[in-house]
Amino acid sequence: MNMDALLLSLRLALCVSAILLLIGMPIAYWLAYSNWRGKFLLESIVALPLVLPPTVLGFYALVAMGPRGPLGKLWIVFFGHGLAFTFGGLLLASVLYSFPFAVQPLIASFEGVDRKLLDASAVLGAGSLRTFWRVILPLSLPGVVTALVLSFAHTLGEFGVVLMVGGNLAGVTRTVSIDIYDHVQSLEYAEANHMALVLLVISFAVLSLVYGVNRRVWNPWPAK
Amino acid sequence: MTGQSRTLGSWLRFVLLFAAIFVMQRELLAQGREIRVAAASDLQFAMEELTKNFEKQAGTKVNVTYGSSGNFFSQIQNGAPFDLLFSADIEYPRRLEAAGLAEPDTLYEYAVGRIVIWMAPEAKVDLNKLGWKALLDASVQKIAIANPEHAPYGRAAVAALQKAGIYESMKTKLVYGENISQAAQFVQSGNAQAGIIALSLMISSHMKNGKQWEIPAEMHPAIEQGAVVLKNARNKNAARAFLEFVKSAAGRSILARFGFAFPEPGNSLGLRR
Repeated sequence: MNMDALLLSLRLALCVSAILLLIGMPIAYWLAYSNWRGKFLLESIVALPLVLPPTVLGFYALVAMGPRGPLGKLWIVFFGHGLAFTFGGLLLASVLYSFPFAVQPLIASFEGVDRKLLDASAVLGAGSLRTFWRVILPLSLPGVVTALVLSFAHTLGEFGVVLMVGGNLAGVTRTVSIDIYDHVQSLEYAEANHMALVLLVISFAVLSLVYGVNRRVWNPWPAK
Repeated sequence: MTGQSRTLGSWLRFVLLFAAIFVMQRELLAQGREIRVAAASDLQFAMEELTKNFEKQAGTKVNVTYGSSGNFFSQIQNGAPFDLLFSADIEYPRRLEAAGLAEPDTLYEYAVGRIVIWMAPEAKVDLNKLGWKALLDASVQKIAIANPEHAPYGRAAVAALQKAGIYESMKTKLVYGENISQAAQFVQSGNAQAGIIALSLMISSHMKNGKQWEIPAEMHPAIEQGAVVLKNARNKNAARAFLEFVKSAAGRSILARFGFAFPEPGNSLGLRR
């Protein structure tokens, strides 16, 4: 069994979900509370990666990262090498690909917070940042967990995008899904089965964790 | 109420149209006027020309699906409804024949693949003069090849690099495309500065204007390509007819024009088995 590929996938998925949480929260906050009329346009853009086929998304990412693409040009100026076929490039493409999986649950849970509590917080003199940390975030924790776990799981099972921009380099861009695909292509069905089983078990564990938390089977944050 | 019945009516019409198309297609298939061909992606351009000529001559429609030979092999083992397989690696049709999934005596080595080193037109390396040594140039940071683990063109590329004695030093520069078309894509998008690609893909208008250098056939084991009529073909006669067309002088001249070579007569399939 190829541990390298598994570890790489886990590392990628962890990084992606962390980054998405960081950039997803302000975006989701704005989308949940803004009164701008054109908001729906931005919401559509956020949802686009759900619709675009991963290979298409990957192809555009590949072209954008190339030396003739805007992103690639910039990257080469700063780092002296291209972005495609590197972990960084893979990370960027994956963040793009899993974006709605993090942002949409965050929007939903932010919107679910009772407005009266926000008003009360404001009346008590808390600024919007303080209200966010003390009121919105604690009440949205299930949404935050869902966002984290969905982006993690979605990245773990990512295939088309990695195939397009990765270049299949062992330890750098050969993720579990690519490794399984390679085994199937080489007719090594037993190895493919092993890897697929491991992936299946991990994914099932992760997903049951989310649904368990959301159904309050376990409460990771018991009231003091 | 009327609005609802109108939508229902248009929906019904749509379903009927769909059913009619479906039935017509079945009809075509049953009459042997349509065959389904699974073809390796290196055949993309040559196959278009082959089917066009065959359709004109025989009146049989040829539906082609392009993909990786290994994928087709798995799909056919699991009952994919193809009449004919054109594989970039003759090993797959051979195995299908051994497993009893192919029509006996239809296995045919239709071509031998050739590989080229390909670079973008703006590359500052004199590829024609340097040959494979161009890969050693400092501007070449990534070299795209098809995955050698399952793509015959990838294996040939690795063999050629080994023959040149530069595989070990170039290893870290290699990036793998899932198939030969994707390796070409890596070069085309500028992410890899050089690629080892099938000559048969060089015919495409996008790639013609790049720099290319044909790797001598002695530098790698022959990329033997094989076709076979499949056991569960619905139109065995039409499929055989298409294979005969590919074997004919007209078929061979098309393949040659698109960059395929042919097995040496003394080295033919029958003798080696």
